[in-house]
Amino acid sequence: MIPLITCENVALSYDNKIIAENLNFIINEGDYLCIVGENGSGKSTLMRALLGLKAPSEGTITYGEGLKQTEIGYLPQQTAVQRDFPASVFEVVLSGCLSQRGAKPFYSSDEKKLALENMERLKISDLKKQCYRNLSGGQQQRVLLSRALCATRKMLLLDEPVTGLDPVVSSELYCIVKDINKQFGITIVMISHDIHSAADHADHILHLGGDDVFFGTTEEYKNSEIGKAYLGGHHHD
Amino acid sequence: MIDLISELLSYHFIVRAVIVGVLVSLCSALLGVSLVLKRYSMIGDGLSHIGFGALAIAAALNLAPLAVAVPVVVGAAFLLLRMSESRRVSGDAAIALASTSAVAIGVIVISLSSGMGNDVYNYMFGSILAMSRGDVILSVTLSIAVLALFVLSYNKIFAVTFDETFARATGVHTKRYNMLISVLAAITVVLGMRMMGALLISSLIIFPALTSMRVCRTFRGVVICSAIVSVICFLIGIVISYAAALPTGASVVAVNLVVFALFSAVGALLHRA
Repeated sequence: MIPLITCENVALSYDNKIIAENLNFIINEGDYLCIVGENGSGKSTLMRALLGLKAPSEGTITYGEGLKQTEIGYLPQQTAVQRDFPASVFEVVLSGCLSQRGAKPFYSSDEKKLALENMERLKISDLKKQCYRNLSGGQQQRVLLSRALCATRKMLLLDEPVTGLDPVVSSELYCIVKDINKQFGITIVMISHDIHSAADHADHILHLGGDDVFFGTTEEYKNSEIGKAYLGGHHHD
Repeated sequence: MIDLISELLSYHFIVRAVIVGVLVSLCSALLGVSLVLKRYSMIGDGLSHIGFGALAIAAALNLAPLAVAVPVVVGAAFLLLRMSESRRVSGDAAIALASTSAVAIGVIVISLSSGMGNDVYNYMFGSILAMSRGDVILSVTLSIAVLALFVLSYNKIFAVTFDETFARATGVHTKRYNMLISVLAAITVVLGMRMMGALLISSLIIFPALTSMRVCRTFRGVVICSAIVSVICFLIGIVISYAAALPTGASVVAVNLVVFALFSAVGALLHRA
Protein backbone atom coordinates (compact mmCIF):
# COMPACT_ATOMS: atom_id res chain seq x y z
CA MET A 1 0.00 0.00 0.00
CA ILE A 2 1.47 3.30 -1.05
CA PRO A 3 -0.08 6.31 0.71
CA LEU A 4 -0.83 9.16 -1.72
CA ILE A 5 -2.37 11.61 0.72
CA THR A 6 -2.14 11.56 4.51
CA CYS A 7 -4.34 13.82 6.65
CA GLU A 8 -3.36 14.24 10.29
CA ASN A 9 -5.58 16.04 12.81
CA VAL A 10 -6.90 18.28 10.06
CA ALA A 11 -9.39 21.01 10.95
CA LEU A 12 -11.13 23.07 8.27
CA SER A 13 -12.73 26.46 8.60
CA TYR A 14 -14.98 28.55 6.39
CA ASP A 15 -15.40 32.28 7.08
CA ASN A 16 -13.30 31.79 10.24
CA LYS A 17 -15.71 29.19 11.64
CA ILE A 18 -14.45 25.66 12.18
CA ILE A 19 -16.71 23.29 10.26
CA ALA A 20 -14.83 20.01 10.55
CA GLU A 21 -12.04 18.85 12.84
CA ASN A 22 -10.08 15.79 13.94
CA LEU A 23 -9.86 14.42 10.44
CA ASN A 24 -7.36 11.56 10.27
CA PHE A 25 -7.18 9.39 7.21
CA ILE A 26 -4.88 8.00 4.58
CA ILE A 27 -5.68 7.64 0.90
CA ASN A 28 -3.69 4.78 -0.61
CA GLU A 29 -2.88 4.17 -4.25
CA GLY A 30 -5.81 2.50 -6.00
CA ASP A 31 -8.42 3.43 -3.37
CA TYR A 32 -11.92 4.58 -4.23
CA LEU A 33 -12.95 6.91 -1.44
CA CYS A 34 -16.35 8.55 -1.15
CA ILE A 35 -16.80 11.61 1.05
CA VAL A 36 -20.39 11.85 2.30
CA GLY A 37 -22.17 14.09 4.80
CA GLU A 38 -24.81 16.75 5.18
CA ASN A 39 -24.67 20.09 3.36
CA GLY A 40 -22.25 22.39 5.14
CA SER A 41 -20.34 19.54 6.77
CA GLY A 42 -17.18 20.62 4.95
CA LYS A 43 -17.02 18.18 2.03
CA SER A 44 -16.16 20.76 -0.61
CA THR A 45 -13.81 22.62 1.73
CA LEU A 46 -11.96 19.36 2.41
CA MET A 47 -11.63 18.77 -1.30
CA ARG A 48 -10.22 22.26 -1.82
CA ALA A 49 -7.74 21.51 0.95
CA LEU A 50 -6.74 18.18 -0.67
CA LEU A 51 -6.15 20.08 -3.92
CA GLY A 52 -3.95 22.60 -2.16
CA LEU A 53 -6.34 25.46 -2.94
CA LYS A 54 -6.93 26.17 0.75
CA ALA A 55 -4.74 25.58 3.78
CA PRO A 56 -6.27 23.60 6.66
CA SER A 57 -6.63 25.72 9.80
CA GLU A 58 -4.96 22.97 11.84
CA GLY A 59 -3.11 19.75 11.18
CA THR A 60 -1.24 18.66 8.08
CA ILE A 61 -2.02 17.25 4.67
CA THR A 62 0.97 15.52 3.12
CA TYR A 63 1.31 14.16 -0.39
CA GLY A 64 3.02 10.79 -0.66
CA GLU A 65 6.18 10.22 -2.62
CA GLY A 66 5.81 10.84 -6.30
CA LEU A 67 2.58 12.85 -6.09
CA LYS A 68 2.70 16.55 -6.83
CA GLN A 69 -0.18 18.95 -6.42
CA THR A 70 -0.26 19.56 -10.16
CA GLU A 71 -0.66 15.85 -10.82
CA ILE A 72 -4.14 15.59 -9.34
CA GLY A 73 -7.02 15.52 -11.80
CA TYR A 74 -10.11 17.41 -10.70
CA LEU A 75 -13.73 17.46 -11.77
CA PRO A 76 -15.25 20.60 -10.23
CA GLN A 77 -18.93 21.40 -10.10
CA GLN A 78 -20.07 23.15 -13.24
CA THR A 79 -20.35 26.92 -13.20
CA ALA A 80 -22.83 29.21 -14.93
CA VAL A 81 -20.06 30.56 -17.17
CA GLN A 82 -19.42 27.12 -18.66
CA ARG A 83 -22.96 26.31 -19.67
CA ASP A 84 -22.97 28.74 -22.60
CA PHE A 85 -19.26 28.76 -23.30
CA PRO A 86 -18.22 28.67 -26.97
CA ALA A 87 -15.50 26.03 -27.01
CA SER A 88 -15.02 22.78 -28.87
CA VAL A 89 -14.80 19.53 -26.93
CA PHE A 90 -11.18 19.13 -28.03
CA GLU A 91 -10.23 22.59 -26.73
CA VAL A 92 -11.71 21.78 -23.33
CA VAL A 93 -10.05 18.36 -23.04
CA LEU A 94 -6.69 19.70 -24.19
CA SER A 95 -6.73 22.36 -21.47
CA GLY A 96 -6.25 19.52 -18.97
CA CYS A 97 -2.69 19.16 -20.25
CA LEU A 98 -1.74 22.66 -19.06
CA SER A 99 -0.73 21.52 -15.60
CA GLN A 100 2.29 19.56 -16.73
CA ARG A 101 3.68 22.06 -19.16
CA GLY A 102 4.84 24.89 -16.91
CA ALA A 103 5.72 28.07 -18.76
CA LYS A 104 5.79 26.71 -22.30
CA PRO A 105 3.13 28.62 -24.25
CA PHE A 106 1.84 26.09 -26.80
CA TYR A 107 0.73 22.45 -26.77
CA SER A 108 3.03 19.77 -28.16
CA SER A 109 1.86 16.97 -30.44
CA ASP A 110 2.30 14.50 -27.55
CA GLU A 111 -0.22 16.46 -25.51
CA LYS A 112 -2.68 16.53 -28.38
CA LYS A 113 -2.29 12.76 -28.65
CA LEU A 114 -2.89 12.37 -24.92
CA ALA A 115 -6.09 14.44 -25.21
CA LEU A 116 -7.32 12.26 -28.09
CA GLU A 117 -6.50 9.08 -26.13
CA ASN A 118 -8.46 10.25 -23.13
CA MET A 119 -11.43 11.14 -25.34
CA GLU A 120 -11.23 7.62 -26.76
CA ARG A 121 -11.19 6.17 -23.22
CA LEU A 122 -14.47 7.90 -22.41
CA LYS A 123 -15.96 7.24 -25.85
CA ILE A 124 -16.41 10.87 -26.85
CA SER A 125 -14.03 10.89 -29.83
CA ASP A 126 -16.92 11.53 -32.20
CA LEU A 127 -17.78 14.70 -30.29
CA LYS A 128 -14.33 16.22 -30.85
CA LYS A 129 -15.48 19.16 -32.94
CA GLN A 130 -18.84 19.67 -31.23
CA CYS A 131 -19.51 22.82 -29.26
CA TYR A 132 -19.36 22.17 -25.53
CA ARG A 133 -22.49 24.22 -24.77
CA ASN A 134 -24.63 22.10 -27.12
CA LEU A 135 -23.89 18.81 -25.33
CA SER A 136 -26.15 17.05 -22.85
CA GLY A 137 -25.28 17.12 -19.15
CA GLY A 138 -23.88 13.59 -19.23
CA GLN A 139 -21.74 14.30 -22.29
CA GLN A 140 -20.42 17.47 -20.67
CA GLN A 141 -19.35 15.48 -17.61
CA ARG A 142 -17.52 12.98 -19.84
CA VAL A 143 -15.70 15.87 -21.50
CA LEU A 144 -14.67 17.28 -18.12
CA LEU A 145 -13.60 13.79 -16.98
CA SER A 146 -11.39 13.43 -20.08
CA ARG A 147 -9.89 16.80 -19.26
CA ALA A 148 -9.22 15.67 -15.68
CA LEU A 149 -7.56 12.47 -16.98
CA CYS A 150 -5.20 14.61 -19.07
CA ALA A 151 -4.06 16.25 -15.85
CA THR A 152 -3.31 13.04 -13.96
CA ARG A 153 -2.09 9.48 -14.13
CA LYS A 154 -2.59 8.86 -10.44
CA MET A 155 -5.49 10.53 -8.74
CA LEU A 156 -8.86 12.00 -9.57
CA LEU A 157 -11.00 14.20 -7.31
CA LEU A 158 -14.67 14.55 -8.22
CA ASP A 159 -17.04 17.07 -6.64
CA GLU A 160 -20.63 15.81 -6.86
CA PRO A 161 -20.28 14.60 -10.44
CA VAL A 162 -23.89 13.46 -10.88
CA THR A 163 -25.62 16.67 -9.78
CA GLY A 164 -28.38 17.51 -12.24
CA LEU A 165 -28.08 14.27 -14.23
CA ASP A 166 -30.98 11.88 -14.69
CA PRO A 167 -30.75 8.42 -13.01
CA VAL A 168 -29.72 6.50 -16.13
CA VAL A 169 -26.92 8.91 -17.01
CA SER A 170 -25.87 9.03 -13.34
CA SER A 171 -25.40 5.28 -13.15
CA GLU A 172 -23.47 5.35 -16.45
CA LEU A 173 -21.18 7.94 -14.94
CA TYR A 174 -20.67 5.84 -11.80
CA CYS A 175 -19.66 2.92 -14.02
CA ILE A 176 -17.19 5.09 -15.93
CA VAL A 177 -15.61 6.24 -12.68
CA LYS A 178 -15.41 2.63 -11.46
CA ASP A 179 -13.70 1.65 -14.72
CA ILE A 180 -11.20 4.47 -14.39
CA ASN A 181 -10.44 3.18 -10.91
CA LYS A 182 -10.20 -0.52 -11.77
CA GLN A 183 -8.79 -0.51 -15.32
CA PHE A 184 -6.43 2.43 -15.18
CA GLY A 185 -5.55 2.10 -11.50
CA ILE A 186 -6.34 5.73 -10.82
CA THR A 187 -7.16 6.59 -7.22
CA ILE A 188 -10.62 8.14 -6.87
CA VAL A 189 -11.87 10.60 -4.26
CA MET A 190 -15.50 11.56 -4.80
CA ILE A 191 -17.89 13.82 -2.94
CA SER A 192 -21.40 12.44 -3.15
CA HIS A 193 -24.85 13.32 -1.95
CA ASP A 194 -26.06 9.89 -2.88
CA ILE A 195 -25.01 7.71 0.05
CA HIS A 196 -26.35 4.46 -1.47
CA SER A 197 -24.43 4.73 -4.72
CA ALA A 198 -21.39 5.72 -2.68
CA ALA A 199 -21.69 2.54 -0.62
CA ASP A 200 -22.24 0.48 -3.79
CA HIS A 201 -19.13 1.68 -5.59
CA ALA A 202 -16.52 2.97 -3.17
CA ASP A 203 -14.19 0.80 -1.12
CA HIS A 204 -13.66 3.48 1.55
CA ILE A 205 -16.07 5.98 3.09
CA LEU A 206 -15.35 9.24 4.89
CA HIS A 207 -18.47 10.53 6.62
CA LEU A 208 -18.32 14.14 7.79
CA GLY A 209 -20.91 15.40 10.23
CA GLY A 210 -19.72 17.70 12.98
CA ASP A 211 -18.51 15.56 15.88
CA ASP A 212 -19.30 12.26 14.19
CA VAL A 213 -16.50 11.61 11.78
CA PHE A 214 -16.24 8.14 10.31
CA PHE A 215 -13.43 6.81 8.18
CA GLY A 216 -13.05 3.20 7.16
CA THR A 217 -13.80 0.62 4.54
CA THR A 218 -17.30 0.41 3.09
CA GLU A 219 -17.90 -2.87 4.96
CA GLU A 220 -16.97 -1.23 8.26
CA TYR A 221 -19.22 1.69 7.43
CA LYS A 222 -22.21 -0.55 6.74
CA ASN A 223 -21.76 -2.15 10.16
CA SER A 224 -21.10 1.06 12.07
CA GLU A 225 -23.82 2.92 13.93
CA ILE A 226 -23.51 6.07 11.85
CA GLY A 227 -23.53 3.98 8.67
CA LYS A 228 -26.59 2.00 9.71
CA ALA A 229 -28.40 5.20 10.66
CA TYR A 230 -27.75 6.88 7.33
CA LEU A 231 -28.04 3.89 5.01
CA GLY A 232 -31.03 2.45 6.87
CA GLY A 233 -32.78 5.75 7.35
CA HIS A 234 -32.78 6.50 3.66
CA HIS A 235 -34.26 3.13 2.71
CA HIS A 236 -37.59 4.09 4.24
CA ASP A 237 -37.85 7.28 2.14
CA MET B 1 -14.82 54.33 -53.41
CA ILE B 2 -11.09 54.01 -54.23
CA ASP B 3 -10.93 57.77 -54.77
CA LEU B 4 -12.52 58.29 -51.39
CA ILE B 5 -10.01 56.03 -49.67
CA SER B 6 -6.97 57.54 -51.36
CA GLU B 7 -8.26 61.00 -50.47
CA LEU B 8 -8.71 59.79 -46.90
CA LEU B 9 -5.16 58.47 -46.73
CA SER B 10 -3.68 61.74 -47.96
CA TYR B 11 -4.38 63.26 -44.54
CA HIS B 12 -1.64 62.49 -42.04
CA PHE B 13 -3.95 62.67 -39.05
CA ILE B 14 -6.25 60.09 -40.60
CA VAL B 15 -3.39 57.73 -41.38
CA ARG B 16 -2.31 58.02 -37.74
CA ALA B 17 -5.85 57.39 -36.56
CA VAL B 18 -6.14 54.33 -38.83
CA ILE B 19 -2.87 52.81 -37.59
CA VAL B 20 -3.74 53.25 -33.93
CA GLY B 21 -7.39 52.35 -34.48
CA VAL B 22 -6.62 49.05 -36.21
CA LEU B 23 -4.20 48.00 -33.49
CA VAL B 24 -6.54 49.02 -30.68
CA SER B 25 -9.48 47.26 -32.35
CA LEU B 26 -7.39 44.11 -32.60
CA CYS B 27 -6.28 44.20 -28.95
CA SER B 28 -9.70 45.01 -27.59
CA ALA B 29 -11.37 42.27 -29.62
CA LEU B 30 -8.96 39.61 -28.36
CA LEU B 31 -9.21 40.65 -24.72
CA GLY B 32 -12.94 41.21 -25.05
CA VAL B 33 -13.61 37.52 -25.65
CA SER B 34 -12.18 36.63 -22.26
CA LEU B 35 -13.70 39.63 -20.45
CA VAL B 36 -17.19 39.01 -21.83
CA LEU B 37 -17.09 35.28 -21.06
CA LYS B 38 -15.82 35.91 -17.55
CA ARG B 39 -18.71 38.38 -17.01
CA TYR B 40 -16.27 41.26 -16.69
CA SER B 41 -17.71 43.41 -19.49
CA MET B 42 -18.33 46.28 -17.11
CA ILE B 43 -14.64 46.50 -16.21
CA GLY B 44 -13.90 47.92 -19.66
CA ASP B 45 -16.60 50.52 -19.19
CA GLY B 46 -15.40 51.40 -15.69
CA LEU B 47 -11.82 51.74 -16.85
CA SER B 48 -12.74 54.15 -19.63
CA HIS B 49 -14.52 56.46 -17.20
CA ILE B 50 -11.53 56.40 -14.89
CA GLY B 51 -9.40 57.16 -17.95
CA PHE B 52 -11.58 60.21 -18.58
CA GLY B 53 -10.82 61.50 -15.08
CA ALA B 54 -7.10 60.87 -15.57
CA LEU B 55 -7.01 62.65 -18.94
CA ALA B 56 -8.82 65.66 -17.49
CA ILE B 57 -6.30 65.96 -14.68
CA ALA B 58 -3.37 65.50 -17.06
CA ALA B 59 -4.71 68.27 -19.31
CA ALA B 60 -5.23 70.61 -16.36
CA LEU B 61 -1.66 70.06 -15.19
CA ASN B 62 -0.26 70.31 -18.72
CA LEU B 63 1.17 66.79 -18.60
CA ALA B 64 1.40 64.27 -21.45
CA PRO B 65 -2.08 62.67 -21.49
CA LEU B 66 -1.13 59.03 -22.19
CA ALA B 67 1.81 59.03 -19.79
CA VAL B 68 -0.57 59.98 -16.97
CA ALA B 69 -3.59 57.95 -17.98
CA VAL B 70 -1.87 54.60 -18.63
CA PRO B 71 -0.49 54.12 -15.10
CA VAL B 72 -3.63 55.51 -13.43
CA VAL B 73 -5.95 53.20 -15.36
CA VAL B 74 -3.68 50.17 -14.90
CA GLY B 75 -3.75 50.87 -11.16
CA ALA B 76 -7.54 51.17 -11.31
CA ALA B 77 -7.72 47.82 -13.11
CA PHE B 78 -5.90 46.18 -10.18
CA LEU B 79 -8.33 47.77 -7.73
CA LEU B 80 -11.48 46.94 -9.72
CA LEU B 81 -10.43 43.31 -10.05
CA ARG B 82 -9.71 43.12 -6.32
CA MET B 83 -13.14 44.66 -5.62
CA SER B 84 -14.89 42.25 -8.01
CA GLU B 85 -13.33 39.31 -6.19
CA SER B 86 -14.09 40.49 -2.67
CA ARG B 87 -17.40 39.54 -1.20
CA ARG B 88 -18.11 42.82 0.60
CA VAL B 89 -19.11 45.05 -2.29
CA SER B 90 -20.51 43.31 -5.33
CA GLY B 91 -18.40 43.77 -8.43
CA ASP B 92 -20.83 45.67 -10.63
CA ALA B 93 -21.72 48.13 -7.85
CA ALA B 94 -18.03 48.72 -7.15
CA ILE B 95 -17.37 49.49 -10.79
CA ALA B 96 -20.34 51.85 -11.01
CA LEU B 97 -19.12 53.73 -7.94
CA ALA B 98 -15.57 54.06 -9.21
CA SER B 99 -16.50 55.09 -12.73
CA THR B 100 -19.07 57.76 -11.83
CA SER B 101 -16.75 59.20 -9.19
CA ALA B 102 -13.93 59.44 -11.73
CA VAL B 103 -16.19 61.20 -14.25
CA ALA B 104 -17.36 63.65 -11.58
CA ILE B 105 -13.78 64.48 -10.57
CA GLY B 106 -12.78 64.84 -14.24
CA VAL B 107 -15.64 67.21 -14.99
CA ILE B 108 -14.87 69.35 -11.93
CA VAL B 109 -11.18 69.55 -12.87
CA ILE B 110 -11.99 70.55 -16.44
CA SER B 111 -14.51 73.20 -15.45
CA LEU B 112 -12.06 74.69 -12.91
CA SER B 113 -9.16 74.81 -15.37
CA SER B 114 -10.43 75.57 -18.85
CA GLY B 115 -14.19 75.71 -18.53
CA MET B 116 -16.56 73.19 -20.05
CA GLY B 117 -16.37 73.15 -23.80
CA ASN B 118 -14.72 71.30 -26.60
CA ASP B 119 -12.39 69.41 -24.27
CA VAL B 120 -15.14 67.61 -22.43
CA TYR B 121 -16.91 66.85 -25.69
CA ASN B 122 -13.73 65.40 -27.19
CA TYR B 123 -12.94 63.25 -24.17
CA MET B 124 -16.47 61.92 -23.95
CA PHE B 125 -17.08 61.17 -27.61
CA GLY B 126 -13.58 61.05 -29.01
CA SER B 127 -11.77 62.98 -31.67
CA ILE B 128 -9.88 61.73 -34.65
CA LEU B 129 -7.54 64.69 -34.33
CA ALA B 130 -6.38 63.63 -30.90
CA MET B 131 -3.36 61.54 -31.85
CA SER B 132 0.02 63.27 -31.96
CA ARG B 133 3.10 61.61 -33.44
CA GLY B 134 4.41 60.68 -30.00
CA ASP B 135 1.06 59.13 -29.12
CA VAL B 136 1.18 57.01 -32.25
CA ILE B 137 4.63 55.61 -31.40
CA LEU B 138 3.56 54.84 -27.81
CA SER B 139 0.30 53.30 -28.99
CA VAL B 140 1.95 51.08 -31.57
CA THR B 141 4.54 49.85 -29.07
CA LEU B 142 1.99 49.11 -26.38
CA SER B 143 -0.46 47.41 -28.75
CA ILE B 144 2.24 45.13 -30.09
CA ALA B 145 3.17 44.23 -26.51
CA VAL B 146 -0.50 43.48 -25.73
CA LEU B 147 -0.82 41.29 -28.82
CA ALA B 148 2.39 39.38 -28.07
CA LEU B 149 1.43 38.73 -24.45
CA PHE B 150 -2.04 37.60 -25.52
CA VAL B 151 -0.70 35.12 -28.08
CA LEU B 152 1.89 33.71 -25.66
CA SER B 153 -0.69 33.27 -22.87
CA TYR B 154 -3.52 32.15 -25.15
CA ASN B 155 -3.85 28.61 -23.76
CA LYS B 156 -3.64 29.78 -20.16
CA ILE B 157 -6.20 32.52 -20.86
CA PHE B 158 -8.54 29.88 -22.26
CA ALA B 159 -8.12 27.71 -19.16
CA VAL B 160 -8.62 30.60 -16.77
CA THR B 161 -11.68 31.81 -18.69
CA PHE B 162 -13.35 28.43 -19.05
CA ASP B 163 -12.79 27.08 -15.56
CA GLU B 164 -10.82 29.05 -13.03
CA THR B 165 -11.09 26.46 -10.24
CA PHE B 166 -9.80 23.63 -12.39
CA ALA B 167 -6.98 25.80 -13.73
CA ARG B 168 -5.96 26.76 -10.20
CA ALA B 169 -6.18 23.17 -8.97
CA THR B 170 -3.81 22.05 -11.70
CA GLY B 171 -1.25 24.68 -10.89
CA VAL B 172 -2.02 27.63 -13.20
CA HIS B 173 -1.44 30.97 -11.44
CA THR B 174 -4.98 32.16 -12.11
CA LYS B 175 -4.61 35.42 -10.16
CA ARG B 176 -1.63 36.34 -12.29
CA TYR B 177 -3.56 35.73 -15.51
CA ASN B 178 -6.63 37.61 -14.29
CA MET B 179 -4.31 40.52 -13.55
CA LEU B 180 -2.66 40.19 -16.93
CA ILE B 181 -6.02 40.29 -18.72
CA SER B 182 -7.21 43.36 -16.86
CA VAL B 183 -3.90 45.23 -17.17
CA LEU B 184 -3.85 44.57 -20.92
CA ALA B 185 -7.47 45.73 -21.09
CA ALA B 186 -6.59 48.88 -19.17
CA ILE B 187 -3.79 49.77 -21.60
CA THR B 188 -6.05 49.09 -24.58
CA VAL B 189 -8.85 51.22 -23.19
CA VAL B 190 -6.56 54.19 -22.60
CA LEU B 191 -5.02 53.93 -26.08
CA GLY B 192 -8.39 53.78 -27.76
CA MET B 193 -10.43 56.18 -25.69
CA ARG B 194 -9.17 59.46 -27.10
CA MET B 195 -10.24 58.48 -30.56
CA MET B 196 -13.37 56.56 -29.59
CA GLY B 197 -14.29 58.60 -26.53
CA ALA B 198 -14.70 57.51 -22.93
CA LEU B 199 -18.36 56.72 -23.43
CA LEU B 200 -17.85 54.52 -26.47
CA ILE B 201 -14.51 52.69 -26.10
CA SER B 202 -15.94 49.79 -24.09
CA SER B 203 -18.08 48.84 -27.09
CA LEU B 204 -14.86 47.90 -28.92
CA ILE B 205 -14.27 45.32 -26.19
CA ILE B 206 -17.79 43.96 -25.94
CA PHE B 207 -19.27 44.07 -29.48
CA PRO B 208 -16.81 41.93 -31.48
CA ALA B 209 -16.84 39.12 -28.89
CA LEU B 210 -20.64 39.04 -28.66
CA THR B 211 -20.95 39.27 -32.45
CA SER B 212 -18.70 36.28 -33.14
CA MET B 213 -20.28 34.21 -30.36
CA ARG B 214 -23.53 34.32 -32.36
CA VAL B 215 -21.93 32.19 -35.05
CA CYS B 216 -18.67 30.53 -33.92
CA ARG B 217 -18.57 27.32 -31.93
CA THR B 218 -14.97 27.10 -30.81
CA PHE B 219 -12.98 29.42 -28.57
CA ARG B 220 -10.29 29.82 -31.20
CA GLY B 221 -12.97 30.57 -33.80
CA VAL B 222 -14.52 33.23 -31.59
CA VAL B 223 -11.13 34.85 -30.96
CA ILE B 224 -10.12 34.95 -34.63
CA CYS B 225 -13.55 36.04 -35.80
CA SER B 226 -13.71 38.87 -33.22
CA ALA B 227 -10.34 40.16 -34.34
CA ILE B 228 -11.42 40.26 -37.99
CA VAL B 229 -14.87 41.71 -37.26
CA SER B 230 -13.40 44.38 -35.02
CA VAL B 231 -10.82 45.60 -37.55
CA ILE B 232 -13.29 45.58 -40.46
CA CYS B 233 -15.93 47.45 -38.46
CA PHE B 234 -13.36 50.04 -37.48
CA LEU B 235 -12.25 50.59 -41.08
CA ILE B 236 -15.82 50.85 -42.39
CA GLY B 237 -16.66 53.18 -39.51
CA ILE B 238 -13.81 55.54 -40.21
CA VAL B 239 -14.65 55.73 -43.94
CA ILE B 240 -18.31 56.47 -43.15
CA SER B 241 -17.35 59.06 -40.59
CA TYR B 242 -15.17 60.83 -43.16
CA ALA B 243 -17.65 60.59 -46.02
CA ALA B 244 -20.68 61.69 -44.00
CA ALA B 245 -18.81 64.03 -41.63
CA LEU B 246 -19.91 62.08 -38.56
CA PRO B 247 -17.96 61.59 -35.30
CA THR B 248 -15.55 58.63 -35.66
CA GLY B 249 -16.30 56.82 -32.40
CA ALA B 250 -20.05 56.87 -32.90
CA SER B 251 -19.73 55.68 -36.51
CA VAL B 252 -17.57 52.72 -35.50
CA VAL B 253 -20.02 51.71 -32.78
CA ALA B 254 -22.94 52.01 -35.21
CA VAL B 255 -21.18 49.74 -37.73
CA ASN B 256 -20.53 47.24 -34.92
CA LEU B 257 -24.20 47.30 -34.03
CA VAL B 258 -25.24 46.57 -37.62
CA VAL B 259 -22.75 43.68 -37.90
CA PHE B 260 -23.96 42.32 -34.57
CA ALA B 261 -27.53 42.29 -35.90
CA LEU B 262 -26.38 40.53 -39.09
CA PHE B 263 -24.47 37.86 -37.17
CA SER B 264 -27.41 37.35 -34.82
CA ALA B 265 -29.66 36.71 -37.80
CA VAL B 266 -27.13 34.28 -39.34
CA GLY B 267 -26.73 32.57 -35.97
CA ALA B 268 -30.48 32.14 -35.61
CA LEU B 269 -30.70 30.65 -39.12
CA LEU B 270 -27.82 28.23 -38.45
CA HIS B 271 -29.39 27.23 -35.18
CA ARG B 272 -32.66 26.39 -36.88
CA ALA B 273 -30.99 24.49 -39.72
